[in-house]
Formats: sequence, C-alpha cells, structure tokens
Amino acid sequence: MAIAPGSRSTPESRAWWLGQGMFYPAMIYVLAVIGLPFALAVVYAFSDIKVGSVGYHFVGLQNFKSILHSATFLRALYDSFIFTVGSQILVLVGSTLLALALEKKFRGRGLVRFLMLLPWVAPVSIGAIGWKWILDSLYSVINWVLIRIPILHLDKFNPPQWLGEPALAMASVIVVHTWRLLPFSTVILLAGLSAIPKDIPEAAEIDGAGFWRKMFQINIPMLLPILNVALLFGIVFTFTDMTVVYILTRGGPYDSTQVVPSLAFFTGVLGGDLSEGAAISLFMVPILVIVAYLMLRAANRSEIT
Amino acid sequence: MARGRARELLIEAGRWVVLVSFSVALAFPFYWMLITTFKQDGDLYNTANNPFIFNLKPTLVHLQVLFRDTMYLRWAGNTALVGALVVLITLLLSLPAAYALARLTGKWGERMGIAMFLTYLVPPTLLFIPLSRVVALLGLQDTIWSLVFVYPSFTIPFSTWLLMGFFKSIPRELEDAAMVDGLTRFGAFVRLVVPISLSGILTVVIFTFTLVTQEFVYALTFIAPERNQMVGVGVPTFLIRGDVYFWGELMAACLITSLPIALLYNLFLDRFIAGFTVGAIK
Repeated sequence: MAIAPGSRSTPESRAWWLGQGMFYPAMIYVLAVIGLPFALAVVYAFSDIKVGSVGYHFVGLQNFKSILHSATFLRALYDSFIFTVGSQILVLVGSTLLALALEKKFRGRGLVRFLMLLPWVAPVSIGAIGWKWILDSLYSVINWVLIRIPILHLDKFNPPQWLGEPALAMASVIVVHTWRLLPFSTVILLAGLSAIPKDIPEAAEIDGAGFWRKMFQINIPMLLPILNVALLFGIVFTFTDMTVVYILTRGGPYDSTQVVPSLAFFTGVLGGDLSEGAAISLFMVPILVIVAYLMLRAANRSEIT
Repeated sequence: MARGRARELLIEAGRWVVLVSFSVALAFPFYWMLITTFKQDGDLYNTANNPFIFNLKPTLVHLQVLFRDTMYLRWAGNTALVGALVVLITLLLSLPAAYALARLTGKWGERMGIAMFLTYLVPPTLLFIPLSRVVALLGLQDTIWSLVFVYPSFTIPFSTWLLMGFFKSIPRELEDAAMVDGLTRFGAFVRLVVPISLSGILTVVIFTFTLVTQEFVYALTFIAPERNQMVGVGVPTFLIRGDVYFWGELMAACLITSLPIALLYNLFLDRFIAGFTVGAIK
C-alpha cells in the first residue's frame, strides 16, 4: 500500500484521499461477494457441514482424504484434464486458422464475423440445448446424414449415440465447448494480428520468403504472446465450466463426462453435502493460481517492452 | 510467373474453404433452431423425412405455445429486471473506481486495477456452495434478488477495467481547465468526465447485460421456483417435462433469446476485445 502524503491540505493528498474514497466501495463489494465466500469454502472444506446441520465441527483433512480415495472424484479429475486439454488444442488450432483467414478485409467480412460470433454471444445453456437436439438419440440430424453416406455402412437402426456412449459423449462435450470458445479466441487473435506491423511480412516477401515461411517464421511467432492470453483465458473458462456438461450429459453415461465443477455441484448443491462439495471445488484453485501467475508475468513483460 | 499466380489462387481458395466451413459449423446450431421452430411435430419426429426441408407446412404453433402456455415471457422479464438493476449497481460502483484508478491513485492504483481484474478469473463453480448459504442467510433464496446481489461481483471488475482504459484516453487538460474554473475534482468527474464518456458507459451497459443473460450456475443454484427463473435456466430446465423435450418450443425460445443479444453485442465487439487484450498488445 502506498503511504498517504503527510499533510492533508495539499492538492496531491486531497486527490489521494478522493481516489481512495472512489475506489474502495467497488473493491469492498467485490471482496465481500468473492473473497468472503472463498474463505467460507475453505472453512467448509475442513468441516462436516451439511445442508440443515447446526454448529461447526472441524474435521481436519478428512474430506480431502475421502475425496482422494473416491474413484468418482479421480475419474472427474481425469475427465477435467481431458476436457480442458482436448478443447484447448482444438480451439487454438481452429482459432489461429480462422483468424488468419479473417485478417484481410473482404466483402461480407462483417457477416462472417457476426455468424462466427454467435456461439460466444448466445447464453451457454441455450447453445448447449441446441446441440442436445442436434445430437439427439433418435432424431439427430448428424446421424440422418451419416446413415445416408454409403461407404460408412452405419446400421440404420443402431446409429451412434453421441451422448450415450462414454467415448462419444466425451468427444461431444469437447466439441460443443470448443464451438463455444472458438469465437472468443478468434477475436482476441484478430486483435493481435492487427497489431503486427505490416512492414515486417512485406519486407520478408521482398526478400523472397514464401507463404509457409512467412506463416511459420513471422506471423505465428509474432502471434505467440496474444495466443498465450487466449489460451490462459480458455483454460480458466474450460476447467471451471460445468454448464455444457450439465446440459448435455449430466456427467453421464457412468460418470464418463463428470468434471470437477459438475461433481462439486452434484455433491454440494444437489446432494446437500456442503463440506465435501467445497473440498472438491477447491481442487480447481491450483490451476487458477498458476494461470493468474502466468497472466501477471505476461502483463509485466509487456510493460517492460 | 504462372506458378506464382497459381500459388496465390491456391492460398485464396484455402482461405475461403476455412471461412465457409467455420462459418457453417459455428452458425449451424442457430440455423437448426430456426428451422425447428417453424416445423410441425409430425415433421420433426419422423425419421424418414429429410430434416433440412419443410416436409409439412411451416407452423407458428410452437411460438404460440411458448408465449401462451409457458413462463417464457416471465423469465424474459425477470432477466430484464435483474439485468437493469445489475447495470445500475455496476455503474454506480465502477465509474468512480475506474476514475480513481485512471487518475488519482498512481502506481498503487495500477496494481489494484490488476488485482481487481484477476478476480474476474475466480469462477462461480468455486463459490456457489458457500454463496448458497450466504444467500439463504440473507433471506434471498429463490428470489431474483439473490442474483441482483451476486452478479455485480463479476460485472464490476470487468467494467472497472474497461472504463479505466476509457478514462485514460481522455486528455487530462480537460479536467485541469474545469478545475481552474472553480469545479472540484469530484465535480469535474461528475459534470465533465461522465457525460463525455457516454460511449464507454454504453459499452459497459451492453456487456453487463449480456453477462447477466449468459450466467447459468448461480441462477441454477439459488433459484428453484419456475416463475422466478432467469431465461438461461428456465428454458433448458422447465421446457422439459420428465424425459420429454418439447423441441419445437425449446428451439423457438433459444432463437428468440440469442438473436437480440447477438445483434447488440456485435455493435460493441471492438471495445470488448480491447478490454481483454489491454497489456498484451502495445
């Protein structure tokens, strides 16, 4: 914290006090609604509190122990990593391709941008329920098309159950989440692309660099810092998301798409086991801390250059 | 020379393949909502029919049912009310905070700004269990007031960050001149800086509102009664009875909810990107 200048009458010190007064109401509100519950989550995780229970019993690491021995939790942790890594790879590759294709101005660019933004702008739960209809067990339009492609030899009466078989369900959840995050990542990369000085690729072209060389030795390396930002946001938005899973599969079939946040919801909110739910959700904290640290580092670096 | 020309054509073709295939894949679910909305049930639930065309006459029956026999309008009203109140709280707190960070608090303020932005990374799925307890203690459970109370926790940090960037772009001389003319610093902020920041404020209004409509986890956790629900939870929860999905009504609701938000958002996209990329691009 900065030290307030000694005398209160100088214009600088008046500005400083005014600044405090204008800033703190917002900060206190945010701390009260984020910091306080976070502290409570930690307190809960070391207790045996349930919905409707009275009093507080400290139980130490009991909840964490029982969670780490639970096959369901370990499965959820594993699924969370698959879900996050899988969708982030798809998002990075897809959004880089799309951003490079969208960079140059052309007729209809505004329309393409509007269409591609829809998944990000529409409420997640609404987009996900749209996919639930597309992946329906009986009336899936995807299956309708696939069955009519002769070389696939699909059984007309037993088409793929996109949300009913473990591997397919995980793939579906990953694809739907990628669909949702791709626009966000693309617009961030577009902003990064527009900040690359145009004379560098041009100079390289004059020196005889071809399309691929320009791409891999100039455009993509210069995009890396912003790609980094998009990835960090993407990791947080994916690892902590339960909406897509909740709407599409409720974690099923057989917990094959259960992720850490959805398990915390089912345990702590629907199951009423507040202490275990809180302990489960705390397992997201290490990831958040790492991401926050990397973001700060990125911010500091850009300040120096 | 001819080879260079062929290469250029190839790159151009590749670009269009990417553009068209991605636009189709990203927008397809919305097209699907549109066509489902206007199809008769007899057409929707017949696997022999080609699903891409109208095999029976288009119908408005799903829209009629949605507006007459479901609580959709009620949910939309709840969402609008929560949105408006959250916008109000957000502006009241983040306008002064952003100004303080941009002008008054110097290096320390810069750090607080970053700290504030980082709270944006704390997800609802980490806080919903203790918050459900807090909400119950305050007597706000099952009412939209629980959301009015909690939503500013993620709209304030983002709005403060956006507005801070906006205020920094206003030349200092403007306020200095006003203060020479006898206004206090705070007076200059209220009478001068806020009015000329209208476009920044409008951006915050739009984004706060879209964040409110997009939120799912808190609304699902805090509110149980059907009539007090928000659109984002009501549609995927209460347009389903047991295992029966009313797909026509569901898709109609999805479509009418998404389109207005999308149109508004598109207008303010560039400012929004600037908010996320401050610091990374310079």
